[in-house]
Amino acid sequence: MKLLRLGHYYSHHCFLPRRRLTSTVTSIPKICIVGSGPASFYTAQHLIKTVPRVEVDIYEQLPVPFGLVRFGVAPDHPEVKNVINTFTKTAKSPQLRFVGNVTLGRDLSLKELRNAYHAVVLAYGADKDRELGLKGEQLGNVVSARRFVGWYNGLPCDTDFPVNLDVEEAAVLGHGNVALDVARLLLTPIDKLKSTDITEHALEALSRSRVRHVKVIGRRGPLQVAFTIKELREMLNLPDCITVCNPFDFETVRSAVPNLERPRRRLTELLCKAADLSPSGNVDSNSRQFHLVFFRSPLSFQPSPDVPDTVGSMQLEVNQLDEQQHAVPTGSTETVQCGLVLRSIGYRSTQADPDVPFDIDRGHIPNISGVVQPGLYVAGWLATGPIGVILSTMTQAFGVGRAVEADVSSGRVDVSQARPGHTAIGKLLNDRGVTTVSWKDWERIDAVEQSRGKNVGKPREKIVDINEMLAVSVGTGGT
Amino acid sequence: MDEIDRECSMNGEKRNAYRILVGKTDGKRPLGRPRHRVNITYIDKDGNKIPVRGKVGDNVLYLAHRHGIDMEGACEASLACTTCHVYVHRDFLDKLPSPEEKEDDLLDLAPFLKENSRLGCQIILKKEYEGMELQLPQATRNFYVDGHKPSPH
Repeated sequence: MKLLRLGHYYSHHCFLPRRRLTSTVTSIPKICIVGSGPASFYTAQHLIKTVPRVEVDIYEQLPVPFGLVRFGVAPDHPEVKNVINTFTKTAKSPQLRFVGNVTLGRDLSLKELRNAYHAVVLAYGADKDRELGLKGEQLGNVVSARRFVGWYNGLPCDTDFPVNLDVEEAAVLGHGNVALDVARLLLTPIDKLKSTDITEHALEALSRSRVRHVKVIGRRGPLQVAFTIKELREMLNLPDCITVCNPFDFETVRSAVPNLERPRRRLTELLCKAADLSPSGNVDSNSRQFHLVFFRSPLSFQPSPDVPDTVGSMQLEVNQLDEQQHAVPTGSTETVQCGLVLRSIGYRSTQADPDVPFDIDRGHIPNISGVVQPGLYVAGWLATGPIGVILSTMTQAFGVGRAVEADVSSGRVDVSQARPGHTAIGKLLNDRGVTTVSWKDWERIDAVEQSRGKNVGKPREKIVDINEMLAVSVGTGGT
Repeated sequence: MDEIDRECSMNGEKRNAYRILVGKTDGKRPLGRPRHRVNITYIDKDGNKIPVRGKVGDNVLYLAHRHGIDMEGACEASLACTTCHVYVHRDFLDKLPSPEEKEDDLLDLAPFLKENSRLGCQIILKKEYEGMELQLPQATRNFYVDGHKPSPH
């Protein structure tokens, strides 16, 4: 009894249902979640808290958990990763099982999961990026910002990402937070990155980087930017870096400021301040520069005269806004020099399995508040599209948890018949020769990463090779 | 919180557990003397009022955790998220120190932002906060096609 009461104090992460439902349910509700990022863990947290006796199994494609918290959050934002502690508490619940290194659509089909579980929640995120479809986009060093992020954050498939930092001028296409993350990493003094969990190969490449000028280019104006104020402030506060804006872009902006809602107003005020402080006339070209460029869309990429298969410049179309605030071309164009182009115009999800009901145009799974149909749910970016910060994902995922709980308690998802859950799926995976990674296995990887990090003054040194992860997970990969 | 639980929290057995946990969850001293106590009320997402006895120096986020109140706190009070967003009763808003720039920047990301929005993790109890009400924002309600409403647990 005392133990139970102690549990009450932890009811924020409580795995003991506060009040058991008196019902005739005899079998244990078995639910699986595909993916192990924030959407997955927040859904699991809610289910374990609210669905009596539930068993939640998480299937993750990689041997390591946490999705974009590990592979998306910038290395110089370690505080955002504190959320891992909450996820770990959830993972350590006896009602949760983590199964890593399992890919939906390759190792398992959705049909098999739906047969084995009472309910399936898809939360495998958005791991592809949008392309522009422009002339010259296939040139060397025209790359995806998403893959650049994967490269410095240790995403196994991006370890050998071909990026050449032996150039002075870089351009980032897009005005979102990923664009600013990438620009910040390129302009941050290397000493500031050494103590983060950035991968060794990225740190080495960035330490030799010659990139000094980064243009962050958006098709619309200062009032339409998608990045948030915290990320902008970080750019403006970068040591030894000058922010450059074109004052003409702000001509009509200032008068609009007083009528804006608070978040947009504060963000715009900061942009205006940056424009005021922007140096007029020529800037010392040896200094590091962050150029915030508005009203420009890329038209085509031209090869460098020195290295013909690599980008050397980019043609931009000059835009203006129409009455609906859409960007429309003015007809004039301009050319900017750039030896590196990072495309950051949004992520998109993929259809992992032919049975996944997928809207290819919008790049997500159609749903109403996370419900695809009773028994099949979708959480996170796969449900909403790739927008919003961790709070929005949390709110959406808790909503999915509530929807599953409601369907289970109302009988729309029939849990009166027992389902085999992991007993059946584990056997299938074993028969197919899939090596799986348990939470205990991940803890071994985690320990080795942290100890390797300690040796070089970093919170962790991420293992970037899947085979090495698997070897370490069974204790044969050294320390 | 159940009525019974709340009663329990007054008796000795639970107080003991409380002492231990207070020490562990936020590294602060055990429940202090009466003159250090601060009574505040949380209003949860469903509008239920939950009176809580804290003490001077308590962090509103961790105090909520200890009483099973659903305030998330994903970044563990390191000013990197907005998951502990609360509305502070207007009578007390001016008693709180003004938010620092970082807190304001984060509040800008909070849905249903109001004039009296603050981050719970930045509110440290003082004696003059006695009687303060903190309201959690409404969760975005699920849309049930057939009008079903989930029963609270």
